[in-house]
Amino acid sequence: MWRSTKPCCAFFQKATMTLKQTPLNAAHRAMGAKMVDFGGWDMPVNYGSQIDEHHQVRNDCGMFDVSHMRGVDMRGEGVRTFLRTLLANNVDKLALPGKALYSCMLRPNGGVIDDLITYFMDEQWFRIVVNACTADKDIAWMKEQAAQHAPQLTITSRDDLAMVAVQGPNARAKIWQVLPDFKIYTEHLQLFQAAHIGTPTLSVNPSTGKAGANDLVWQLAISGETFIARTGYTGEDGFEIMLPKERAEEFWYALHKTGVPPIGLGARDTLRLEAGMNLYGQDMDESINPLEAGLAWTVDLKSPRDFIGKAALLANPPARKLVGLVLLDRGVLRGHQKVVTAHGEGEITSGTFAPTLEKSIALARVPNGVQTGDTVQVAIRDKMLEAKVVKYPFARNGKSGL
Amino acid sequence: MNNPSNLKYAASHEWIKTEADGTVTIGITHHAQELLGDMVFVESPAVGRKLKAGEECAVVESVKAASDVYAPIAGEVVAVNSELDNAPEKINADPYGAWMFRLKPDNAADVNGLLDAAAYQAAVDSEAH
Repeated sequence: MWRSTKPCCAFFQKATMTLKQTPLNAAHRAMGAKMVDFGGWDMPVNYGSQIDEHHQVRNDCGMFDVSHMRGVDMRGEGVRTFLRTLLANNVDKLALPGKALYSCMLRPNGGVIDDLITYFMDEQWFRIVVNACTADKDIAWMKEQAAQHAPQLTITSRDDLAMVAVQGPNARAKIWQVLPDFKIYTEHLQLFQAAHIGTPTLSVNPSTGKAGANDLVWQLAISGETFIARTGYTGEDGFEIMLPKERAEEFWYALHKTGVPPIGLGARDTLRLEAGMNLYGQDMDESINPLEAGLAWTVDLKSPRDFIGKAALLANPPARKLVGLVLLDRGVLRGHQKVVTAHGEGEITSGTFAPTLEKSIALARVPNGVQTGDTVQVAIRDKMLEAKVVKYPFARNGKSGL
Repeated sequence: MNNPSNLKYAASHEWIKTEADGTVTIGITHHAQELLGDMVFVESPAVGRKLKAGEECAVVESVKAASDVYAPIAGEVVAVNSELDNAPEKINADPYGAWMFRLKPDNAADVNGLLDAAAYQAAVDSEAH
């Protein structure tokens, strides 16, 4: 097969029958997706032009199948107390029901098991959303720790739920077109806040089948479980919706009929990188502590609270940090490229061509002495190219931040 | 899309066109650009560079990946398509029009050893399995 010169692309792995599928697999294929192996999941990388999909989200809105990610419900007496120990960020910041907190979950040595979002539903129930490729080890770790610290808790992997993200400046309005009954429950939501509502059931024309069957906007009525969060991974406003798997396809097609196009994982990656959001497995993993991954803002070292990994973080002050780079020469920054600075060498953890900026950008782990505004050299094949150290996010809410 | 039958192909996804003056023009195939997706950067070989058959000589980068382009036959680079510097997306829009570089072959007969359109398609199909 066509050889990729640099180790930048899991996207090139061909899909095989052994891959896991989300409930939207058939819908992706029907919409012309190019499917790839993404961490063991058969997922859409793009449906047409990845750059067009990127702009679609920044300028209007688009929908992503993120059903490969996993919801985990933690229920019982003392769940907050347990999470104070389990997570590096402080769940005591969560006072308002539905509010969400981004946090790392650490090994005792400070290595990042996963980065995740924790939603405070009530004092008996927190919902955690974890990454796809780490879900099984995350849940095993949570259960192991709960057995020790909080055996009364019930930890449930919500494999019965699908997850769809609708992102972009018009995302919320489009969702309310499809789910008009949900508007009153979700229009007040702050950023990083979720509402838990009923199960959607089709109230209009359930027998007409899939997309294109008629011109009616499908309206979904409330009678059970749906979770809508004003969160995302693009730097744009929008919602992430968790709903029963068997309802996912109807919801997907209803959104599509309302003019929300599907967006693949390719654009998801350029959107999140422009927004300066870390990707687990690239920007950090179990060999990296959060302080060297640009995540110090998510680690609560100030309160007297103890948490797993805290002692290791305090004992090992970081020598490296994560910075943003913008390439000044022509080319494309990619993960694993060497960065040469006046303070020593570093490495790019994520790099890409950024469609909103029309420049190549990267996150790089470099020695602490490197400062914003410095010029560094990046080894790209046989050349050393110049890049500038910048503050990130690079772009959010439709605009370049540079 | 059908691969034009007047071109020759390399299994590494380059197309080769023999020009009237004996030089050969090289680009990447429709299949290659489709696999890579939106092109954002092209690095061409230097004019005057002498290439061996199979030598890495150019790079195309899409949003998602960087890939080498190989010299399908031995020869000297006599021209590059500098239009692609500022418009790499032309490779997506028109892969058989957006040529990358032109070689003066060491041996004109080397072209005969390359794949024809049907053989190239068979190679593409076999990769898919």
